Amino acid sequence: MRVETLLEVQDVTKRFGGFQALGAVNLHVRQGERFGLIGPNGSGKTTLINCISGTLKTDAGRIVFAGQEITGLPAHRRTRLGIARSFQIPKPFVSMTVLQNLMIPVEYSGRGHGDGVVDEAMGILEMMGLAAKAHAPSAALTQIEMRKLELARAMAARPRLLVSDEAMAGLSSAEVDDILAILFELNQRGITIIMIEHIMRAVMRFSERIAVLDAGEKIAEGAPDEILANPRVEKAYLGE
Amino acid sequence: MTVLVAGVVAARLGVNQYYYFAAYVVLQYIVLATAWNILGGYTGYVNFGTPAFFALGAYTAIVLIKSVKAPLAAQLVAGAAVAGVLGFAIGYLTLRLRGVFFSIATLALAVVLQTMFINWDYAGGARGITLARPAVGPLGASYVEFLFVVMLGLAVVAVATARWIEGSWIGRGLAAIRDNEEAAECMGVPTLRLKLVATTVSGVLMGLAGAPFPYYLTFVEPTSVFDLNYAVNSLAMPMIGGSTTWIGPVIGAVLLGTAQQVAMVTISSALNLLLVGLILVAFVILAPEGIVGLVQRLARRRGGGA
Amino acid sequence: MFSLDLLLNALVAGILLGGFYAVVSLGISIAFGLLDIVNIAHPVFVMLGSYVAYILNAQLGFDPVLTGVLFAPVFYGLGLLLYQIYYASFERRGAESLRGLVFFFGILFVVEVSLLLAFGVDYRLVEASYIGESLRIGPVGIAYRLLVPCLIGMALTGALYLFLSRTFFGRAIQAVSQDAFALRLMGADPIRIKRLAFGIAIATASLAGALLIMIGPVEPAMNREYIGRVFAVAVLGGMGSVGGTLVAALILGIVESLTATFSGPSWSVAVSFGVLLLVLAVRPAGLFGR
Repeated sequence: MRVETLLEVQDVTKRFGGFQALGAVNLHVRQGERFGLIGPNGSGKTTLINCISGTLKTDAGRIVFAGQEITGLPAHRRTRLGIARSFQIPKPFVSMTVLQNLMIPVEYSGRGHGDGVVDEAMGILEMMGLAAKAHAPSAALTQIEMRKLELARAMAARPRLLVSDEAMAGLSSAEVDDILAILFELNQRGITIIMIEHIMRAVMRFSERIAVLDAGEKIAEGAPDEILANPRVEKAYLGE
Repeated sequence: MTVLVAGVVAARLGVNQYYYFAAYVVLQYIVLATAWNILGGYTGYVNFGTPAFFALGAYTAIVLIKSVKAPLAAQLVAGAAVAGVLGFAIGYLTLRLRGVFFSIATLALAVVLQTMFINWDYAGGARGITLARPAVGPLGASYVEFLFVVMLGLAVVAVATARWIEGSWIGRGLAAIRDNEEAAECMGVPTLRLKLVATTVSGVLMGLAGAPFPYYLTFVEPTSVFDLNYAVNSLAMPMIGGSTTWIGPVIGAVLLGTAQQVAMVTISSALNLLLVGLILVAFVILAPEGIVGLVQRLARRRGGGA
Repeated sequence: MFSLDLLLNALVAGILLGGFYAVVSLGISIAFGLLDIVNIAHPVFVMLGSYVAYILNAQLGFDPVLTGVLFAPVFYGLGLLLYQIYYASFERRGAESLRGLVFFFGILFVVEVSLLLAFGVDYRLVEASYIGESLRIGPVGIAYRLLVPCLIGMALTGALYLFLSRTFFGRAIQAVSQDAFALRLMGADPIRIKRLAFGIAIATASLAGALLIMIGPVEPAMNREYIGRVFAVAVLGGMGSVGGTLVAALILGIVESLTATFSGPSWSVAVSFGVLLLVLAVRPAGLFGR
């Protein structure tokens, strides 16, 4: 696997009124990498993801994806380029069935609106283990099924980069392993994955490299055991 | 097609003229309700300014009649085009903002346009304008019957358009926007573009509904065109009928429209409006999916239940 | 035809009008700015306040301001009820904002048409000893019917500002928009707080209505003109900032007054719409927004 940079975040800053959510954050993620992003609540992880996916506009800094500057692009264009994300709080399209939910990203991520759409959507559902619920209303799914649907939707966009935003929060141990297995499988298929999680054992097992955010700044970056041993990280989580 | 033929046949039956007027109004509401619903029910953006688009269609027709005595076909096309442009413009200005600001803008639009037309003497100003309607339509029957057939045709066009959109990829995209715009955007749905399509199509259809209005009434003044009727009905009919599918606005328009036509001879128009408003509030609170939703729920209970 | 006198008078009228706009907009500033409830029916409640003041003035000779204050508790109760319905039907279910918006439109409509049925389309006004008189300072005429609402408006704004920043409930209201969870930890029920806040918002409509009918004759359809104005003020001022609301209202009042004087009164309604669009395009957080 070529070791080239897929995503570069340069000096990204984001303010909400007087509050600075991100202050000149720098990151780079390599092609095919499993990258973990952690930090205490409110440290800016989701804000950073929103900036990367295009949901939010940055106040300063650049974002470069696969060598292309994407800083000004709207979210749906970034999706077409290959960035996908799942949402922390699942946001299914409640008026649609599970299958229909999946058809949206399949259709709209540049693959057109022809006949293959349903087949492709079903294929993804099978991979996620949701095929049996294809025609169920998406609002009636269980927690873990909803998380899988979130991931499925992100997958349907055939991304090169997938950001999984706390996909495991509130799940049982077995369910966490379930999701983890899916993420490993996706990475095997060549998808670069950024995982945001609070469940430490998952992040430590999954990630090749981890970055730590605190109060909008990156305070540490490195391999999992380096991070575990880093006193600054400990302080950020446990306080003084 | 069959609907149109049936309509023409009915027209030639030479029933009491009054029924043509009443049916015309109901058909007009089918168009307005369907048009509203494309943006409201399908996409989730509430337009409070239906009168603005309707009036634009009507006044464009008036201008054409006064200046060049244009035929109805030209009036229709022009009215639709102008209203469509307005829809696009207001969309372009406000759809990047939160949905509520779009809605407020449509409200303001209606007020501003009304002021404009009140001050525009060429089209009659506050006093209104009287127009001569051709006596006979191209099919040989009276012009009123002809207008009825035209409106019938427009209703068919509107419903067909809504039906097509609903089943197409555009409709799916609009539904995604309605359910969760942020998620839709992240999944590759070009939300702004689709919303603009919806606003423009909605505007075009409303303009189409308004264009025959001058010939229908032969007297047009701002108060009648900007009547509260249009604002509330174009909203209430889809919400009461059911806003997620094309048949909801039709049901709502037929039920409410006919009821109002009947009621108008017995109760005052203000009381009539009050009732519509109350029914609307009741439905929004208690039966948000409308009549269609209630029927679906009933069917599900019968079909799969105990 | 431009003259300094005209300009001066227009400016002063604008300031006075602005003070009044602040009162009308306070309700929206709370409901929309702090609670994120798009109550487009607020102006029609102001109209209701106007008509209440009219009745009591015509039948019993009550001063409108007195009526406005007297009926504030009634309107407060109305606000509590309205919020309860809104909450039970929409907020709790997490339903799309489409329905909430349509709900308030329905309420707006029902109230407007009810007023129409009860009072007809004729303009109604109130009589009081000071209406119709004015104060002259140099070339500038200050009509009492504008001055009184403006002063009361400023007073109410000040009172609300103190309430929001100094009392427990006031601070809780400001907090509920930002962190309902933390509020629960403090033992306060966010729903109760929101209901109280909404009640206050509608209560201001009572006084605002009384002031409105003092400024000029009213008729039911006027509420729609005000929707644009109050939202323009709320957004320009920065959502939820009481001080911002006052400043924004003054600005809007002045711009409208100048437009009315130099371009004709019928265009003044378009002004608020223009201001709203401009603010949203350039600086959506408003002047003092968070």
